[in-house]
Amino acid sequence: MRKYQPYIMLLLLLLLPLFGLSTYMMHILILVIMWSVIGMAWNLLGGYCGQVSFGHAAFFGVGAYTAGILYFKTGISAWWGLPLSVVIVAAEALIIGFICLRLRGPFFALATLAMGEVLRVTAENLRGFTQGALGILIKERTWVEKTWYYYIIVLIAVGAFVLVKKIIESKLGYYFVAIREDQDAAESLGINTTLYKTIALTISAVLTGIAGAFYTNYMGYIDPEIVFALHDISIITIMVVMVGGVATYWGPVVGAVIMVLLAELIRSLPRIGTAHQTLFGILLILIIIFLPNGIVGDYPKIKRILGFRRRVGTTS
Amino acid sequence: MAPLLEIRGVSKFFGGLAAVVDVSFRIDRGEIVGLIGPNGAGKTTLFNVINGFYRPSKGEILFKGKRISGLKPHQICRLGIARTFQVVKPLQRMTVLDNVIASAFLRSSSKREAVEKAEEILRFTGLYEDKDMLSRGLPLGKRKRLEIARALATDPELLLLDESFAGLNPTEQNESIEIIKKIKERGITILIIEHHMKVIMSISDRVVVLNYGEKIAEGSPDEVGRNPLVIEAYLGEAISA
Repeated sequence: MRKYQPYIMLLLLLLLPLFGLSTYMMHILILVIMWSVIGMAWNLLGGYCGQVSFGHAAFFGVGAYTAGILYFKTGISAWWGLPLSVVIVAAEALIIGFICLRLRGPFFALATLAMGEVLRVTAENLRGFTQGALGILIKERTWVEKTWYYYIIVLIAVGAFVLVKKIIESKLGYYFVAIREDQDAAESLGINTTLYKTIALTISAVLTGIAGAFYTNYMGYIDPEIVFALHDISIITIMVVMVGGVATYWGPVVGAVIMVLLAELIRSLPRIGTAHQTLFGILLILIIIFLPNGIVGDYPKIKRILGFRRRVGTTS
Repeated sequence: MAPLLEIRGVSKFFGGLAAVVDVSFRIDRGEIVGLIGPNGAGKTTLFNVINGFYRPSKGEILFKGKRISGLKPHQICRLGIARTFQVVKPLQRMTVLDNVIASAFLRSSSKREAVEKAEEILRFTGLYEDKDMLSRGLPLGKRKRLEIARALATDPELLLLDESFAGLNPTEQNESIEIIKKIKERGITILIIEHHMKVIMSISDRVVVLNYGEKIAEGSPDEVGRNPLVIEAYLGEAISA
């Protein structure tokens, strides 16, 4: 049964639009799946390889701007930004990796955080190239309906999921986890830690960049404050994975569902809605204290607690 | 024929502190060489220099006649030198089997090959029963043996063992002595740091003694045991203690 789980999931995903969901529901679904992709990407680097990045907006934003600038400067469909972003973001990841991957632990995290901010400020000020804070508007939307956007992001997500799973089960996966657990031990076991960290970063960045390029096409408007956002992209990415479950296959998906729904819910609340960043911060603290392995990682624990409660309920 | 490992006038300074001073010795194929000395004598530092964690401040290290000082640890491991750590460094959140698979990949072309090799090595080191345990759950004795298993999985020609006996009970010590003898039968050369005199004297073909970073003696266990300098620096202390 467990073996068929992914296929059933896939079938459900493919059939969902046929149920005639409202445009708003489709929008939420698309966001959830897009965040799953970003979460999976981050999880590969942060969860499995242990290199915690606080700057994934750097890759999301460059992916988004690759599509945006391509359309704006040449008039070619922004969809070509998806394949092009792979090349551009891979090159970006190699440069950022060269600078940041020589640092370990919290120093790496801080360096990536700085990278994201550097790129945001750059995008704001290179007005001739990026339109600065004006942003880029995609005037011709490909589809009015959401259905095709949905199928495209499902395709990307399935591809990302399979890719991450294959990588983790291969030699690369063993090396990533070995580096996470002890970099010195890994190095002395013949693992070229610099090389494999760079590989993890590049794959992670490229997947994030594709999600960014998709975002440009889907939303039809980008500006640096949105796609290079420290909080709304970089931090939320980490939260998606932490809430769902670090270094688990389904963690980023579960995390994306919860974070997107929660964001919608909190923003719709009168008055407190404006404090959603604070509420997310509190949520993160609670997760770290009570579910350090996330919902998927601590699933047995959650089941135990819920099961216990139910039994108490029936006896009283 | 060139010796397997040749250490030529190696010194390592940390600022003004001389951890290893002008040490030279050689290791021939098939030998077990013991490296002994009081605490802080520079034994582990010397391992770190051989293994590539540190660059020697002076001197050079040749492996099979080729200079290896200056290479990165993973390159040196690929050439055929594997090591264990005094403070064990298991990959904690991986199972025992996965720990060994991770290092078996170095010389395996497929995952199946790596798994087979890892299982063979776990049987060899007597850890097969524990293969599905997370390595952080292992008792210290087995963690020390896991270090050896992981190093063996890289198919080394030279194995550097850093205090693989420290903290073991007598039964575990005997098991480890047997494993080391079996490793020698596989044709692997061993350089071992050890504090247990009985262990080192019984398994070593030759012993090198360091004190304050300098080599003060070298020879068969008997010769070294009778050397007055060694007795003063090391054995004397141990006996009077």
